Amino acid sequence: MPDIKIRAKLRGDETTVKCLMSHPMETGLRKDSKTGELVPAHFIQEVVGKYKDQVVMTASWSGGVSKNPYLSFKFKGGAVGDPIEIAWTDNKGESSSASDTIS
Amino acid sequence: MIDAKRRILLKGSLAAGSIGIAAGAGLLTPGRVLAEWNETAFRAKDIPTALSSLMGADDAEISDKIKIKAPDIAENGAVVPITVETDLEGVTSIAIIASGNQTPLIASFELSPIALPFVATRIKMAKTADVVAVVKAGDTLYKNAKNVKVTIGGCGG
Repeated sequence: MPDIKIRAKLRGDETTVKCLMSHPMETGLRKDSKTGELVPAHFIQEVVGKYKDQVVMTASWSGGVSKNPYLSFKFKGGAVGDPIEIAWTDNKGESSSASDTIS
Repeated sequence: MIDAKRRILLKGSLAAGSIGIAAGAGLLTPGRVLAEWNETAFRAKDIPTALSSLMGADDAEISDKIKIKAPDIAENGAVVPITVETDLEGVTSIAIIASGNQTPLIASFELSPIALPFVATRIKMAKTADVVAVVKAGDTLYKNAKNVKVTIGGCGG
């Protein structure tokens, strides 16, 4: 299963980007129900959304964003076939990115 | 003899424990990896501390030009869909705060000049509380809030 699913749609002169990322988003405050021990923090800290290599949106997150995060943003412009890239980095330094084209 | 072994075992587990703490401390300093992630803001237990670190001021002017779309009642606090949209001009950033959470600042979005003042995501809410959206437009901070009733808290325990 891909890490990040992206859908970018052009309507009028606005592009709406929607994406879903696979990530546990552990706050570090949750206790394991079996062992009673705290589950270590593991969450996405930064998400960068790019249109044609140009940064449109940078999100900074805490562990308060839900598991398998959903994110949507919009920008002016865009054309069908233009590339959109989403990249995230988490608190362990792990990262992932994916790209798609505007439809 | 038995006692000596016990000592060794204790020493061993203590050492393992301190390695764990060191690793934990390492994780708490993500500044090495990401320059932009604002640790002070995201670890703040209260909204003014989070806001002053994130936006440079501890309060904002209330504006009904900020529209927060969120459910009136969230049955599951682990997944509460939030959309923030505004028709304020010159928006450079949007922050989402769950005022009842242990660390209230959930997310902050930096928007480029071509980005429209719109963000949507899903957040965790520990209990019934106001969701506050803070918008920076020009040099001014604006905010609005919407109460969300949470039936089951979403921060585990």
